[in-house]
Amino acid sequence: MLELGKYADAILSSWVITLVLLIALVLVTWRRSVQVKRELDAAEERAKRND
Amino acid sequence: MSLWEFANPVKFMALSGKVLPWVIGLCALTLIPGMIWGFFFTPEAANFGNSVKIIYIHVPSAMMAINIWVMMLVTSLIWIVRRHHVSVRAAKAAALIGVTMTVIALITGAIWGQPMWGTYWAWDPRLTSFLILFLFYLGYMALWAAIDNPDTAADLTSVLCIVGSVFAVLSRYAVNFWNQGLHQGASLSLDKEEHVSNVYYQPLLLCIAGFILLFVALVLIRTRTELRLVRLHRLDVRERMKDA
Repeated sequence: MLELGKYADAILSSWVITLVLLIALVLVTWRRSVQVKRELDAAEERAKRND
Repeated sequence: MSLWEFANPVKFMALSGKVLPWVIGLCALTLIPGMIWGFFFTPEAANFGNSVKIIYIHVPSAMMAINIWVMMLVTSLIWIVRRHHVSVRAAKAAALIGVTMTVIALITGAIWGQPMWGTYWAWDPRLTSFLILFLFYLGYMALWAAIDNPDTAADLTSVLCIVGSVFAVLSRYAVNFWNQGLHQGASLSLDKEEHVSNVYYQPLLLCIAGFILLFVALVLIRTRTELRLVRLHRLDVRERMKDA
């Protein structure tokens, strides 16, 4: 087991907060990207049908 | 071939689509080993103890917070001078990543400051300029959200970006300009005598490379999403005009 000594709380909280924020940023970016791509594909399809 | 060709959204989408998987792969190959190396396999520092492990996240995030604003400044200037939509959309796409990096740098810095300086916060030149940079990021995003006309929003946010650059530069050089603050000098320097010991330096460089690649991957994905939103908006307007 990794021994972090008296700074364990500071180190662990820093790393946990950072990882949570980075993972949240990646997930938000990815989800929005997939959602917008799906909406655009549907709109392109509709536009093609209407032309 | 000119660099300006990639200001064409179709060319940008094609090129970024090809580059993106490589960037994501390289990011995973640098960020994950860098973080594991820094967290698990670096020794205690004589003066900072194990708290030195915080530098692997604090230093890269702080560097990115400043450099992302500089990237936004360059792309905003391109918009002002040449009116390329891809550039201003890239600036918009980078803002959320920049604000996240600023928050990480501020929080990890505060957590590190408590045991080292005896306080979470001090109105030190670097900390204060960083807080102002964070407020500029929020202002930039709020301005985009508040204005309906995208060209007007692009113009105003670009001007805000130029103004905020003063604080990005101050955040970077505050420790050199003023020496009365709590924050120590830069952890990285081109001068070999000045930078931290190699045992910390090498994993730190890997983490910095990982953060840069993470930013590139995310900004490409987000810019692609922004360009798709522009296209979606145009199709929506065309459809409504047909119905009217």
